[in-house]
Amino acid sequence: MSRFRKKGGKETPAISTASLPDIIFMILFFFMVSTTMRETELLVKVSAPSAKEIQKLEKKALVSFIYIGEPVQSKLGTNTRIQLNDAFGSVDAIPEFIAKEREARDEADRKFLTTSLKVDRDTKMGIVDDIKQKLRRVGAFKVNYSVQKEQEKK
Amino acid sequence: MASNKTPEVNASSMADIAFLLLIFFLVTTTMDVDTGIGRILPPPADPSVKPPDFKTRNVMNVLVNKSDRLLINGHPGNITTLKEEVKEFITPHVPNNPDFPEVYEDNIALLGTVYRSRALISLKNSRGTSYKMYIAVQDKLAQAFIELRDELSMKKFARHYDDLDEDSKKAINKAIPARVSEAEPDNIGSN
Repeated sequence: MSRFRKKGGKETPAISTASLPDIIFMILFFFMVSTTMRETELLVKVSAPSAKEIQKLEKKALVSFIYIGEPVQSKLGTNTRIQLNDAFGSVDAIPEFIAKEREARDEADRKFLTTSLKVDRDTKMGIVDDIKQKLRRVGAFKVNYSVQKEQEKK
Repeated sequence: MASNKTPEVNASSMADIAFLLLIFFLVTTTMDVDTGIGRILPPPADPSVKPPDFKTRNVMNVLVNKSDRLLINGHPGNITTLKEEVKEFITPHVPNNPDFPEVYEDNIALLGTVYRSRALISLKNSRGTSYKMYIAVQDKLAQAFIELRDELSMKKFARHYDDLDEDSKKAINKAIPARVSEAEPDNIGSN
């Protein structure tokens, strides 16, 4: 009966891991292509509202971001704050912020500069109106209200 | 004499290197595609220039108060029916109906003679309106215009608006311009 049994337990051969790096590289390239670098550390909480008619924000290099919402650190209170780039700012600092953003771009591209407003859904419109007025005064007319795609209800 | 073959490079650590890179990219990048509602703000109002007059029948006033309630042309409105109301308002009603905005015939390239409406939506929010509500209203207005454009596109080109080429889209946009005006904010209802 023991015709097929070889003497000495035969070990299962080790699975070749030679293709593992290739698989990992594949995942790596997928992530490198499909994601974008995180630009700034968020100091305010922003949970964007949702809407149906949305457009993709194109030419990321020509977009300046203004974040509006409650501070992440609770010791800073719950009042709505404005974040311009890496630091808190005020409404009065916006003209300067836009001027700096413009200077950082090519002269030919400056008129395509878009301001993306990333505003928390529970923010009151007062502060948003103030910012819009400032933007109008400095001639930054292109704005983009950041929203998520609304999930279709069946 | 020893063999001249170069020894094979050990590639077992390649996976670890790739893993390191992968984790680095996972941590430093974000997946989310930035989407949003694009708008062009009007230039600042010149106080010396009188704002143009519009006939009352051509203007639909949409007011949003600080408790996120709607007032449409003087009667309380609802966000769920806003789109339908706006759509009915901006649809050119032929023949001229005094309850709706004026319509006039116009000749547009690619479309031929179409009826255009002089409808204008005026949107005004209080300082206390929540951003969520503001976006919801903007979205409903945009939906109303998109649906009407889609209908015209189906009638003229038998295709959906999204599938049209740029020139046809421009023609449709000219026939049904998204005329939404945002009122100058004032300082009421800030709480």
